[in-house]
This record gives sequence, structure tokens and C-alpha cells, in this order.
Amino acid sequence: MNVLACIKRVPNTGAKIVLTDDNQRIDTSNLGFTMSPHEECAVEEAIQQVETHGGSTHVLTLGPEEATEQLRTGLAMRADEATLLETDGEEWGPRETASAIATAIRDLPEDDAEFDLLLFGNESADMANYQVGVRVATELDLPCVTGIKSLEVEDGVATAKREIGGGEEVYEIDLPAVVSVKEGINEPRYASMRAKMQARRQEVGRLEPDRTEAPGTFEKTRLEAPEADDSDAMVLGEGTDAVPEIVELLESEIEVL
Amino acid sequence: MILGFVEHESGVPEETSLEMLTMARELATDEEAVLCAVVFGDEGAALKDELGPYGIEEIHHVTHDRLEGYAPEGWGESVAQLVSDLGASTVAAAGTDRGHEVLAHAGATLDAPMATNCVDVTGAGESYEVRRDRWGGSLVEHARLEGETKLVTAAEHEYPIEEAASTTEPTVNEFTPSLEDAHLRVRVERVETADEEGIPLGEARVVVGGGRGVGGPEDYDKLEELADLLGGTVGASRAAINEGWRPHDDQIGLTGAQISPDIYIACGISGAVQHMVGCKGADKILAINTDSEAAIVQKADYAVIGDLHEVVPELTDAIREVT
Repeated sequence: MNVLACIKRVPNTGAKIVLTDDNQRIDTSNLGFTMSPHEECAVEEAIQQVETHGGSTHVLTLGPEEATEQLRTGLAMRADEATLLETDGEEWGPRETASAIATAIRDLPEDDAEFDLLLFGNESADMANYQVGVRVATELDLPCVTGIKSLEVEDGVATAKREIGGGEEVYEIDLPAVVSVKEGINEPRYASMRAKMQARRQEVGRLEPDRTEAPGTFEKTRLEAPEADDSDAMVLGEGTDAVPEIVELLESEIEVL
Repeated sequence: MILGFVEHESGVPEETSLEMLTMARELATDEEAVLCAVVFGDEGAALKDELGPYGIEEIHHVTHDRLEGYAPEGWGESVAQLVSDLGASTVAAAGTDRGHEVLAHAGATLDAPMATNCVDVTGAGESYEVRRDRWGGSLVEHARLEGETKLVTAAEHEYPIEEAASTTEPTVNEFTPSLEDAHLRVRVERVETADEEGIPLGEARVVVGGGRGVGGPEDYDKLEELADLLGGTVGASRAAINEGWRPHDDQIGLTGAQISPDIYIACGISGAVQHMVGCKGADKILAINTDSEAAIVQKADYAVIGDLHEVVPELTDAIREVT
């Protein structure tokens, strides 16, 4: 079984998000980058499925040259191959991104080894557009289900579960299929130091994606960091001395006692 | 025409869908457009009385003998066909799993742009100014959304549920889409009900959260004891989940649960953005932390500077005495 996991490089935001002066992006001068959390689980799921069923895993991202860092994280987790759809670092919208990924998927597998399972994160941490996986599936005419927290494959059929209030919806989908997953579907592994070293030397394929024009526009004009309430909390006290104050608070103010 | 995709449970509209209708009605008023709803399911027609107060003029009830349960692509395709039939300029949905999924399918079929988790949409005709949540609302994006057909979802719990100035008497129009096998290849085969243990995080009045400061899985017992006593439930930060101390279901934050208790007692939690967006619905936050400089101390309403391993057990004992 050949499994593709599509990932995204996002800033590893800390306690406060700071914007650049032109309000066009997050000021990342003091930030590291990471893989969007749902997508880390997509990579883990791809690897686990291949461990069970055999085959090969491929990680793919659309982003700047620096996004090879996240692809190498995927390789260090023991994905087999990686491909970068290299951009100049500008933010791409969901439709352009989906179109570029669909084109790459058509071109990618060598030796006619088509992908059986195409995994996405349910939504990216930074943009949360909730649509790239669905649009890719539509372009490739593949079945698609989103928001999945449990996935089992048997005899070419994926059984996928989505949490709803009080239970789970169960889907059965013939492969090949697009599945977008949520964090919690698995516990992503930590790569060993040795695997990280090896990943550094592994080849990352590169493709130059075309930025297609589509009818209509969805375009960012600027970002805004809403005024956070940074007024200090009312300090009730230090250590166990504060316990009577906490009890008083719970009793009189919050009224939960 | 503005078309709202209304989710419902046996003919009773979901709150998130009613919130969405507040957004949709504002657009319809600005554009002097007709506000309509699209609904699925056998009980769809029963929404006639439910949606009148919200100013819906037409209910388009999708019926098809092969659309028994939920089918993401089938529903998205139906919405797309309805949009083409009616010439709707905008389709709105709640920013729920299903709302996002159905609209994404409709958007892909129509090749139309879609803006998710909107908190404000203004404009008329083919051009909207949109404000939408990013990073769970800790960042707001201003964007232009333009097109013959535009798709928008309303961020959950951002719009109030408001009735229209005057109640309408919606007409119910049955709509039968033309569906092929491919549209029905993904559908809910069955629903498995979960054995709920305790109070779900999203519904708890009191949540006791533990982060990296808890130090290990064993010491969550102290938090459990306190939570039990307060009739609440225990949650955790992503850092603690990643350490393997708690199951993922306990995670509060961007990629976990959104909580809205009367009080959130955050123990040994630093207060990263991704965590705070999960507890922004909390009425009050009490932070218990050794570090008075921790971000959570700025973001909380109340703070105790101290070690949770000492404060929490003593607090539990003190509460036992007064209750």
C-alpha cells in the first residue's frame, strides 16, 4: 500500500503572537517552526498503515525551501520519500494549494505505483481553511472523508471513524481515497537522533508548482492580533496560605460549592 | 439569495446553525436578498415552524431516495446543484465539522471560494469584506471574498442567536438532486454510541487542568480528587498529552476540546496560545503556578503563586471541611 501524507510548515507560536509591522504575517524572527499538529498525526498514520500492510510512505508539502525541515522530520519518523512543492514563501490560498497538490499527485508516483491512501490534516494550525483535502479529492475524483480519529484498512477498504456528540460516525470507503485526520488518531513517534541524522542526508524531491487562477477571490488583506487582556491576575496569595482565599472564591464568587 | 445550510436534530435546529443565521440574515438585509435555508433529512420539513422566527422565507428540503443518512459528497453536490438552480450568491454554514465538510464539497464542485470561521462578513453583491479567526481566534484575518458564488462558515459561538424583526412563514420546497454513484460512495454506515465516563470536558461547569508542571501521570490523581469534589472534570495541556501522561481526549486547546466552564483551574500550565484558545470560553480562570511570570498568570483572572502539589491537596481538604 502506498500512502501519501500532506503536511504544512507553521510557526511554533508561544505565549503571544506578534505580527510584522505591515500586519501581513506572524513575526517569526524569534520563533521556531513545526508541522501542523493534525498533520504530524497524518504522517504517523501513514507510517503505521505501511508498517501493517507493507508498501511505501511519501510526505509532501507546499511551501518555501525552509519547509524541507518539516519534510525531514517526516523522513526521520521513517517516511520513505519526501517532495517539496517549492514556493517563494508567499501564503497560498486553499484552492491554489489544492490544485498544485492534485497536479503533483498525478505526476508523482514512479513505476505506476499510485497512492492508495492520501492523508491530510483536518485543518492547518495557522490558516484553518478546512478544504484543501476535499478540493484535492474532487480534482482527482477520489472519495473523501474528513475529521477522522480512527482508521483501519482491510482488503482495500478503509473503515474511518469521526467523533460526534455522544459517539462516532463510521464510514467505509473503497481505496484509493483521501482521508483528513485529527490529532488523537495516534501518538506521533519521536524520531531517534540516529534517524534524524540519516534524514538529513536523504534526498528531497522538488517540483515547481503552478499557481493557477480560479474564478473568484479569497485573499488576505491583513492580519490583526486582537488586544489580549494582559492585565495581571488578581493574586490570591502564595502557596498553601492562599487556600482559604480559593475556597472563598469558589464559594462566593463562582458559587460552585 | 443567501442560502443557509441548517443542521438539525430531528427537526430542531442546532444552536450553531441559528448563530449562522444571524450572520446570513445580516448579509441578506444588506443586499436586500431573500434569506433561504437548505435542509436534509426526513424531518427537514418540520423546520417550517422553527425557522420562521429567524426570517427564513424559503426552506429547500433536499430529498432523494438514496440519501438516507449523511453522505458528505452527496450533500455537498446537492447544495451545489441547488445553488445553480436558485442562483444563490452566498451559501453559509456553521463552522462545525459537518458545516465545513459539506461546504468544502459544494465549493470544490462549484469551484467557488470559501472563507471559514468568519466572525464578521459585510458587503454586497459579488464582494465581501471578511474577518475570520485564525489560530483559534488569537489572530484575526481581514480578507476579501469575491465571486459569483461565495461560501462562508460562521465561527462557533461568535454570533449571538437572534430572531428576525418580523417572523416569516417559510414555504417548503422539495428539491431532488440528480446524484450519481460517485456522489454516494462515502456515507455514514452506522453510528456507534460511546460509553461516556464522567462529564464531557466541553460541558463541565468546573474544569481542573494539568500541564507539564504536574510532573507525571500519577499526580493527576490530586487533580481528579479536586475535580470530583467540585463536580467537574480534568483536562490537560498538549504538553502533558505529548508526555503520555493523559489520553488525547483530555486535551484542551486548538486541536483538542474547547471548554466553557464557570471556572477553569489551570495547574502547572504555562499558557501557550494554542492552549488558551481552548479555554477562552471559561467564565473565570484561576492559575496555580510556581512561576509568577508565566503567561497564564497574565491571562488568568486569579492566580496563586505556588506549587500545585502542595496547594491542590490542601485545597481539596479545605473544601471537604466546608461541604
